[in-house]
Amino acid sequence: MDQNPQPPSHGLDACPNPDCAEPVDPRDRYCGACGHDLSASADPPAGQDRPTVPIGAPVWPEAPPRDPGSLSTATQHPGDLPGTDSGGRDLTRGGAGAPAGSGEVPVRTDGPAPARPSGETARGDGDFELAAPDPRAAVRAEPAGVPDSSGSPEPPVAAVPSATGEAGETGEAAGVAPAGTCVACRAGRVDDDGYCENCGHAQPRERDHMERALGTVAAVSDRGLRHHRNEDAFAVAETALPDGRPATVAIVCDGVSSAHRPDEASAAAARAAGALVAEALPRGTHPQQAMHEAIVAAGEAVTALVRVPGPDGTVQDPPPGGNSPACTIVGSVVADDLLVVGWVGDSRAYWVPDDRGAPAARLTEDDSWAAQMVKAGLMSEEQAYADERAHAITGWLGADAYELEPHTAAFKPDRPGVVVVCTDGLWNYAEAADALARVLPADAALRPLHAAQVLVGHALDGGGHDNITVALLPFAPPAAGAASP
Amino acid sequence: MANFAKPSVPQFSVDVYQNAYLPDGGRDVDAIVTVTATGGGTSGATGLVGGPAGIVFLVDCSGSMNYPPAKMEGARAATAAALDTLRDGTSFAVVAGTHTAVQVYPDHGRLAVAGPRTRAEAKAALGRLTPGGGTAIGTWLRLADALLTGEDLVIRHGILLTDGRNEHESPEALRAALDAAAGRFTCDARGVGTDWEVKEVTGIAAALLGTADIVADPAGLAADFTAVMENVMGKGVGDVTLRLWTPVGAEIAFVKQVAPSVADLTGRRADSGPRSGDYPTGSWGDESRDYHVRVRVPANAVGREMLAARVSLVLPDPAGGDARPVAQGLVRAVWTHDVAMTTAIHPQVAHYTGQAELADAIQEGLDARKSGDQDGATAKLGRAVQLAAASGNADTAKLLSKVVDVVDAAAGTVRLKAKVAEADEMTLETRSTKTVRVKR
Repeated sequence: MDQNPQPPSHGLDACPNPDCAEPVDPRDRYCGACGHDLSASADPPAGQDRPTVPIGAPVWPEAPPRDPGSLSTATQHPGDLPGTDSGGRDLTRGGAGAPAGSGEVPVRTDGPAPARPSGETARGDGDFELAAPDPRAAVRAEPAGVPDSSGSPEPPVAAVPSATGEAGETGEAAGVAPAGTCVACRAGRVDDDGYCENCGHAQPRERDHMERALGTVAAVSDRGLRHHRNEDAFAVAETALPDGRPATVAIVCDGVSSAHRPDEASAAAARAAGALVAEALPRGTHPQQAMHEAIVAAGEAVTALVRVPGPDGTVQDPPPGGNSPACTIVGSVVADDLLVVGWVGDSRAYWVPDDRGAPAARLTEDDSWAAQMVKAGLMSEEQAYADERAHAITGWLGADAYELEPHTAAFKPDRPGVVVVCTDGLWNYAEAADALARVLPADAALRPLHAAQVLVGHALDGGGHDNITVALLPFAPPAAGAASP
Repeated sequence: MANFAKPSVPQFSVDVYQNAYLPDGGRDVDAIVTVTATGGGTSGATGLVGGPAGIVFLVDCSGSMNYPPAKMEGARAATAAALDTLRDGTSFAVVAGTHTAVQVYPDHGRLAVAGPRTRAEAKAALGRLTPGGGTAIGTWLRLADALLTGEDLVIRHGILLTDGRNEHESPEALRAALDAAAGRFTCDARGVGTDWEVKEVTGIAAALLGTADIVADPAGLAADFTAVMENVMGKGVGDVTLRLWTPVGAEIAFVKQVAPSVADLTGRRADSGPRSGDYPTGSWGDESRDYHVRVRVPANAVGREMLAARVSLVLPDPAGGDARPVAQGLVRAVWTHDVAMTTAIHPQVAHYTGQAELADAIQEGLDARKSGDQDGATAKLGRAVQLAAASGNADTAKLLSKVVDVVDAAAGTVRLKAKVAEADEMTLETRSTKTVRVKR
């Protein structure tokens, strides 16, 4: 992943202003004739340099036509929730920050979603109807199905975000060689600085592979095969709403490699965000508001790193050119009947219903060059993602972020499923929601840790070019009374 | 005389500058190791050194020193000036060097202790120095070794002045004397006039971890000796070694001092343990030196990281116990597919690679010139001019401009001068190893 604070080239031949249409140079930011902002040409507030394009509420796959007897009723609709987005505006109005002219913004579907007739939406006939609950919800109600019981004894209210630093259950095969013996040559003693005194090999570090499972959430993070360290971090927590109903939190962060100390950035962000949500929910903060505040807190934590001494004990000025510590963030809260996501950057959350016949969906919209291009209508999705700038992110946490604009959204799924919260190290190998759904084991809701391990394995099998982090939160609609298919 | 109440041994720090990233299959790890010593009881602080120091002056008294007589006069004046800069309490001796070595002050194979009386006596003895005889520098060094190692000293140093070639002993005899003396004392070497052999003088300084220079005009000797003495009196600790640990399967391609001057230490390794070896660095005052280390490690899979070398400074224990490491730095190797990371050469490594090439180009260019190879000399010295200009080594560029006419420094285009003063050519050759640090 890169950081690309420069406004990208717009790829236009002529000024998109219908009253102008002068030929333009691809390097120009503004039309030489009328001054039209070429980098945001689809967005009417022209003339403003907007390096971080606010995406606002994502545009969801619209619901397929509902058959009253079918389970395939659309579930993801922001309008069902009287929540607010990060800007404090009502979600039902199409989201804050969405440009006024965004009526033409193409709807993004991840792969072959069920056919949707144009013009009809799920809300077309008023209130949203919940489909019949899935019988598996009853099974889900028993918080038993975590075979890897590393964290399950923890009471749900403990709300200890598992900051990366305390990952005790790392996957290293520590039992084979005696402690202090090199894992590479098995002959040398490991020196205080972490290198073998015989063969010199760096010993696996705590963050190279981390796993954490609580009763209702699990996360796995791996260095991957090509990077020399893991710059991803995560936090998971179980907490409770004021009335005692359980709530689950997962935060995943991806350090920006081209920035300074990205590993510290992601660790600080995950820790801060996880702690804030776990603390705010029991006080009665709305989960969506809590997610917004968590992202703001994470941004502050990363920004503060600029002033924190590095490993060598010196406080370094941020290098010129904006290289202060930076990372992405994506988080999800499952509380009662509510599923909240929030993000900045290109880390993602997906919704995969337990009934794989129903469509899976991506719940986040990347702050990336490609996403901007597609959103602005300047390129097709294929063109945009084929471009070398595709993965350049346009939003991140850090001291040199232009303006922190957390995106949050809330959903009320009508059926059980799993929220997959991940970094691009995973979704590079399963970009479309249905592709991810195919990789996700069928029993993901019952064995989230195992499912997270399977997803990480999928990315490693694909080449493991980046750090990979996956958190899974099973969701079950409450009041699963009558179990009828 | 040592004052143990005040810490006077310098504090050492080690900084490593490198690009640790290697491509798939990459094996060579380059690093610049900067060693900085601070806080020694040195310049300005009187009478506070890390331990007792001993200095032996080795003054050429061969017959040629009388032609012109100014050389002998200059040598006497310079040694007298150096005696004045000796701190009270420093042990010293003066040796007259010819085809044999004669101690002229004090008598009987001992060192005198500097004080008003001994200084006056030594100066009087300088007046009795009379030129006559040949030159056998090996015998001078053996006497200095015997004098200096006969006493319990921390800093053992010689200052050698010669005006001619080492004609009265075989090169092997000098080599043997240098090998015997190496590590036992350090020695600065100066050539006066232009009748001496540059490679002999620089060879002595390199073997004994001292400096070499030319003093073409005998009148400049006093100022030069005073500067040399200030440097020697600033030393707080001697017999410091650079210790390099490398992992199994790794080889050390070279270890070079690259600042303040180029000196190859690769062949001076003494094994100090499994997988570790010590390289001598001599005595240290408040100063900073840079070393270029290249380690060839076994190739590893992308994503792996290993320690290519651990660099530490080892000081002798003043109480006579085992030597102890005082500071260390790590040279790492990390394999990655990121081409942008693996192709970047660290600026320090690039700079000193250029400085080492500059020294080699000057040496090869002057050798070619002496052997009549005009084209080879022009090409090599042209490259030297280019490197000196690009790296900001203004002193060397100035010396080069006295040997070649510079047409285009950036392109390295030069013409050999038809007439070159011998002193200018010898100065360039003697000082060709001087380097500058990276412009910041």
